[in-house]
Amino acid sequence: MEFFKGETNFPFMATRKVWYTLSAILMIGSVVSFATRGLNLGIDFTGGISANATFAQTANVDAVRTKLTEAGFKEPQVQNFGSSRDITVRLPPDPSQNAKVVREKIESVLKSVDSSAQVRQLEVVGPQVGNELKTSASWALFFTLLLIGFYIALRFHTWRLSLGAILAVIHDPILVLGIFSITQTPFDLAVVAAILAVIGYSLNDTVVVFDRIRERLETNRRMASDVVLDQSINQTLSRTIMTKVVTSIVVIALLFLGGPVLQGFSEALMIGIVAGTYSSIYISSAIALDCGLTAEHVFPSEKKVAVDHLP
Amino acid sequence: MLEYARWKYVLIGVVLLLSLLFALPNVFGDDPALQIARADHIPFTADATAPVVSYLKDQKVNVEKSYIDDGRLMLRFDSIPEQLKARDAVKDHYKEYITALSFASRAPEFFRRLGLRPMPLGLDLRGGLYLLYQVDVKGSISQYLDGYANDARRALSTANIAFKDVSVITNGGDQQNAIRIVLPPESDATAARNALAQPLQGVGLTTEALPSGSAVIATLTNAQIKERQDYAIQQVITTLRNRVNELGVSEPIVQRQGLDRINVQLPGVQNSAEVVNILGKVATLEFRLEDMTNSAAEAAISGHAPLGSKLYTHTRMGRPLLLKREIIATGDQLTNATSTQTQEGPAVSLRLDARAGDAMLKITRANLKKRMAVVLIEKRRETSTVNGKEVTKDITDEQVINDATIQGIFSNSFNITGLQAGEARELALLLRSGSLSTGIYAIEERVIGPSLGKDNIDKGIHALVIGMAGVFLFMAIYYRTFGLVADLVLLANVVLLAALLSMMRASLSLPGIAGIILTVGMAVDANVLIYERIREEVRKGVSPQAAIRAGFEKAFSAIADSNVTTLIAGIVLWVFGTGPIRGFAIVLTLGIATSLFTALMGSRALITLMYGGRRKLTRLSI
Repeated sequence: MEFFKGETNFPFMATRKVWYTLSAILMIGSVVSFATRGLNLGIDFTGGISANATFAQTANVDAVRTKLTEAGFKEPQVQNFGSSRDITVRLPPDPSQNAKVVREKIESVLKSVDSSAQVRQLEVVGPQVGNELKTSASWALFFTLLLIGFYIALRFHTWRLSLGAILAVIHDPILVLGIFSITQTPFDLAVVAAILAVIGYSLNDTVVVFDRIRERLETNRRMASDVVLDQSINQTLSRTIMTKVVTSIVVIALLFLGGPVLQGFSEALMIGIVAGTYSSIYISSAIALDCGLTAEHVFPSEKKVAVDHLP
Repeated sequence: MLEYARWKYVLIGVVLLLSLLFALPNVFGDDPALQIARADHIPFTADATAPVVSYLKDQKVNVEKSYIDDGRLMLRFDSIPEQLKARDAVKDHYKEYITALSFASRAPEFFRRLGLRPMPLGLDLRGGLYLLYQVDVKGSISQYLDGYANDARRALSTANIAFKDVSVITNGGDQQNAIRIVLPPESDATAARNALAQPLQGVGLTTEALPSGSAVIATLTNAQIKERQDYAIQQVITTLRNRVNELGVSEPIVQRQGLDRINVQLPGVQNSAEVVNILGKVATLEFRLEDMTNSAAEAAISGHAPLGSKLYTHTRMGRPLLLKREIIATGDQLTNATSTQTQEGPAVSLRLDARAGDAMLKITRANLKKRMAVVLIEKRRETSTVNGKEVTKDITDEQVINDATIQGIFSNSFNITGLQAGEARELALLLRSGSLSTGIYAIEERVIGPSLGKDNIDKGIHALVIGMAGVFLFMAIYYRTFGLVADLVLLANVVLLAALLSMMRASLSLPGIAGIILTVGMAVDANVLIYERIREEVRKGVSPQAAIRAGFEKAFSAIADSNVTTLIAGIVLWVFGTGPIRGFAIVLTLGIATSLFTALMGSRALITLMYGGRRKLTRLSI
């Protein structure tokens, strides 16, 4: 079986203005949403109290919320979690209450709504822990991008390819953050892990395409750059799609079967995989082209340097 | 003809066999188990096993298997109710044993003998309690400085040098690292410094001129502060470990995290409130003589204790007491504490170390028929919100739990009474596990129920199996025979990864399982790169065997490059992540190594084996 019979010949470079515009819109939308709405940060980052409980029958979310407010909890967030019988309760950090008291109180409130209620998980995170985690997650993102930037700069001989790769790599996590911000999907530590993985994977495609560009440029030094880039992308296209299909199979399995704990993680990966494929096909090479990439940049013709080997 | 070096076949074979061996214990799953240890920490012996098992048999508890593991008796059961029944029976019948609920692998004994164990499961997969403690290192430094201040006072008195004041310098609540010794004009600063040189060894001493007289400032060096902090944290870790062991938790983890944090992971613990209570309790004892020359009642009315004494209220009696400031012995000097039953009710029987025993001997001999008191000191932190701002307050509770007339001379072994039964047990446990002299405060607490853990692991495994099946099927359809080769290689990759994780004893978390699933997805990539290359070569009209060779050779640089980038992300995550996220990072990073090995060497070996020797090969099934 093959996705494409024989060689494909899509004119990727000729249509690049369209993709630039699309990416610009996506980036601006993401950044604006991120700046104005922010992320729906989980208690890993905000500190606070989170409890998961399960009921024998369908949980009455509204009743739980009302009872919690009556019991003196401020701004309780109550939502279904995974199934209609499971709920998650989130409370803002309250330094005056320790975990023991909170657990007992939440348990008694839930039992008063439905005697079958069972608290299955309780997390109490101090606000200082959350703040530190926010800082260390930002550092992790920053360092990953920095190290990958170094790697790209070292690997591709010319800044034109490096710039293309770096912009494509930055493109993807911004889009993930943007979509998480627009949909207000809960953003927890696992999502950060997924974003870092996305950064690694997204580059993967770009690297494979660039590797092919290097190879093509070496053998066809006279050919126009845009033709070489189009050929390189087309030649690696079935591999790109094949790998993404297979990775998507496992990520979809995670998304639907991994349970609510891995929900955000799987969603971030899914968005990242789609964005990564798109950016490595449409963005990274196009930027290198617009920076004036030629074979000369990748393989400079050897300069004749007079070296006297005689003693 | 395709050829592949023979040593490479051997290497692949050996690696695969070893991986199978290391990964195999994971296949058997586990049974509920009961871990039994002796309270005195002496290793359990084989001949002590039989009585326990036969007692349980009498109690109609069905023990599946019993064996000694690491000095503890492990009993395996086929169901959780049996396990709980056994726990209750052992707890009631054998007071000298500590029990802990756990899980034991069903793998045959032969694996355990070889040291082959399944991957330990993280708390999110088997339930348990996670705690993150903040250690009050600042408090520990000021205690250290208090000690130095005492030494300085004593040294100056011995050397007959008059001094006005010795105090810890406080500059606006910041970290204090110095003490100030104020001298009157008649005292010579140099002489004072000479007298202080020995007791304050290694501490930087400087002299400061004052309007009248002078002052000696003793400042701790940064190295001393760091040493003290490390010591304090190490001491807390030791104490927490002891307490966890006393509580009888199986496979606990107590480790330092960052500069001044300690994380504690207790698998299987459900009665979290009780455990949290005991773990974090900062309790120590002080033995002091009562001040019999002054009236405690008068002091209570005036609110001022006479010089050299401190005013207390007897906790149970409610009457005032004056205790001398000198401490005869503290909880740090205990060598053992056990709860016992005496004629005067529940008691804690104590043994002191030699130095404290000597001090106790001297004091009791000199103060026969006078009264001595035991003060229990507990520290806790209270946080409240005042005007919208968070205010934390450290509270030290000092309770006089017992005061009695010294009836006879004693030294290092005696009882303290005046406690309720439960209190005696808890106090003995706290004292035995070592006193926590440094304050610790839980800043993060997570309890995961066992049923949730079970759900998580079921979901994770389910996703893994379905995801892998999907990939296998798709590869076989898309690349036919070569796809099947890729499937075999992927399977080997998972085995290799499981073997590495089992070897490292890295605990498996739900994100870790997700990492394995992702690794399967990504490991395909290397195969795809190779196969697409082979197809390209075939399309060019190259002979099948030459196409295979070219495919592997030309795909190599792309495979190497594309894995390096994921490796970078994995390593950064490994460094920055904690808990389950670190588990994900470990799997991601190791997964890259194993998939490179299996895709580059494994599939090449397999394909060479299949096609290498065939002379009349005209088509490839790709």
